Amino acid sequence: MTITTHADYRLSQLDELEAESIHIFREVAAEFEKPVLMFSGGKDSIVMMRLAEKAFYPAKIPFPVLQVDTGYDFPEVLATRDNWVNRLGVRLIVASVEQAIKDGVVVDDGKTSRNRLQIGTLLNALETEGFTAAFGGGRRDEEKARAKERVYSHRDEFGQWDPKNQRPELWSLYNGRIHEGEHMRIFPLSNWTELDIWHYIGREEIEIPSIYFSHQRRVFQRDGMLLSESEFNPLRPGETVEERTVRFRTVGDLTLTGCVESEAATIPEIIDEIAIARVTERGATRGDDRFSEAAMEDRKKEGYF
Amino acid sequence: MDLLRFATAGSVDDGKSTLIGRLLLDSKAIFEDQLEAVEATSQSRGYDYTDLALLTDGLRSEREQGITIDVAYRYFATPSRKFIIADTPGHVQYTRNMVTGASTADLGLVLVDARQGLTEQSRRHAVILSLLRVPHLVLAVNKMDLVDYDQKVYDSIHEEFTAFATKLNIPDLEVIPISALKGDNVVTRSEQMDWYSGPTLMHHLENVHVASDRDLVDVRFPVQYVIRPKSDAYHDYRGYAGRVAGGVLKPGDEVMALPSGLTSRIAGIDLFDKEVSEAFPPMSVTVRLEDDIDVSRGDMLCRPQNAPKPSQDIDAMICWMTNTPLSPRQKLAIKHTTRTGRALVKDIQYRLDVNTLHRDQDTKQLGLNEIGRVQLRTTVPLLCDPYVKNRTTGSFILIDEATGVTVGAGMINSNS
Ligand SMILES: Nc1nc2c(ncn2[C@@H]2O[C@H](COP(=O)(O)OP(=O)(O)O)[C@@H](O)[C@H]2O)c(=O)[nH]1
Repeated sequence: MTITTHADYRLSQLDELEAESIHIFREVAAEFEKPVLMFSGGKDSIVMMRLAEKAFYPAKIPFPVLQVDTGYDFPEVLATRDNWVNRLGVRLIVASVEQAIKDGVVVDDGKTSRNRLQIGTLLNALETEGFTAAFGGGRRDEEKARAKERVYSHRDEFGQWDPKNQRPELWSLYNGRIHEGEHMRIFPLSNWTELDIWHYIGREEIEIPSIYFSHQRRVFQRDGMLLSESEFNPLRPGETVEERTVRFRTVGDLTLTGCVESEAATIPEIIDEIAIARVTERGATRGDDRFSEAAMEDRKKEGYF
Repeated sequence: MDLLRFATAGSVDDGKSTLIGRLLLDSKAIFEDQLEAVEATSQSRGYDYTDLALLTDGLRSEREQGITIDVAYRYFATPSRKFIIADTPGHVQYTRNMVTGASTADLGLVLVDARQGLTEQSRRHAVILSLLRVPHLVLAVNKMDLVDYDQKVYDSIHEEFTAFATKLNIPDLEVIPISALKGDNVVTRSEQMDWYSGPTLMHHLENVHVASDRDLVDVRFPVQYVIRPKSDAYHDYRGYAGRVAGGVLKPGDEVMALPSGLTSRIAGIDLFDKEVSEAFPPMSVTVRLEDDIDVSRGDMLCRPQNAPKPSQDIDAMICWMTNTPLSPRQKLAIKHTTRTGRALVKDIQYRLDVNTLHRDQDTKQLGLNEIGRVQLRTTVPLLCDPYVKNRTTGSFILIDEATGVTVGAGMINSNS
């Protein structure tokens, strides 16, 4: 099929964002020895998969996909992950937090959240496999601390990010130089907003985990959040379970990821809901971002994606 | 809906953060929890109004110092456009941030405080934007509420700036009187300034015509990556992937590959699983050729009668971005489009004073945040155009080979 492009030689914002991201994927594949795509199962990492698919088509994506398994992942998310990985024929590497605890790579003191234990697990997986570039789905519109993040974000040999020592990034000339033992985090979705992501998922008609859409679920209240009933989430005294019509705005460790009551069952309905919802996705539903305004910045310095 | 990228610049306290906060707020890019956090902070600091500037404050170290020290990117959209703001701090020593923010901008927005008029820094901002060939410039005369919305104040700043701008290359200039704090002429028309008949800032941002800013004539396709699927279904597929840097490519067009000079025709242009009839900047596509000529990353496809001249002697304006000065005989890595090589500094001709436009020919070094004209000799020929013709094929970065850090940004002059 041949499609005719716009007569005025302007791209729509989605086409321009797509072109920019594809350029980034190809640049990394050309210049780095061992890239890897960090796949969380969330909508952003699915959009990354789609863009990587487009960047190298009809060849396969020339790098593997890495997922950090918290042990508390939503089964719906793992199912979507498997569908994507099978369809694209890419290698999936699963780094398990459980295993990392057993191996003494990270320490579970009972107080640290799984999202935080992910950091050590991830850094360990990157190091053992010797990856030199890791694609992440971070967007600059997510959080104030991310507004200054580069597309190519340099990490030292401890996997740390130094906000004061970032390389200037000009035009679309990315500098991929690293020393032995260092790696680069790559953020191909830097310039996308949450709405861009949803519009793109709608336009591309791609599969995302079903928990993003409105469904019936047994939930309970904790710390002002609606959490899913689950064997990983034992009820505390005073907590009661009830069935509600909900959806998740972000996916992660299910013991910490809250849902919102919603009737939005299709992408256009989700877009409408977001357009009027005035609470940012992290603010609404991620338990461990809420402790302090600077929480994100601290975790980024440690190597969080 | 299309995309407009703009860079903002202003001296400390001109009201840049307040203005950006207002644009985000009025276009509903601010969420409830973000606004609540800012309201709470404003209250706890004892302000009697909500400090919108807090909305765009970035990293904690900067928050503690109360200043912005790095380029930050912000996003908002109206029904007709999506906007990406490169928010660059205006301190004297941060030329490198402005250069960075301006490098991708379609439009530059410079703020001045109406009470102070043009300062050395406003001139510097305009000079940098024009050096970076940002095609549209807006001078926002802010804090009009503090000068009683007086037309005379606006007129004199307008006049002075227009006179200065004739020395620069600014194809499109708009001077808008605003109050970022009160909202006059930001999104809604000011009722206090009926003497002003021009557009509001938002109206201008939504309507400024950027379609003709890109070069649609001279075909430039830097090859980024060669796609060769190792599968039976696509056994003979060989596609040259890249981002169109100039011109319009069509199937059937005769093309020449540089530096080899070999020619072929475009067999097809792929965008994922579809073929397109045209490719133009800034599309990322995959080009298939009719003949099996040898093309690899770093090469460029262009038209046989319209090709850039491969050159190893590069004359460029360079903005230096690190503490150790740039000196003659220094060796650096250079990245230009998809080509990487090494460069030797042959000569530093002059340092440009970005406040006065004076060319200082006595200095033989470029320090941090200085801009100057430099001659380089490169190990590989660059397939380049003058920066005035093409911002993609006319730009490069310099990398310190020991540290790997980006230390310079270059814009190629016409006689390279
Ligand atoms: N009266 C008045 N004050 C303003 C206006 N814009 C900004 N300000 C104030 O000027 C000060 C500096 O503003 P800010 O946005 O932080 O400046 P920045 O350093 O350029 O980001 C703050 O106290 C603002 O409230 C305006 O249009 N009118």
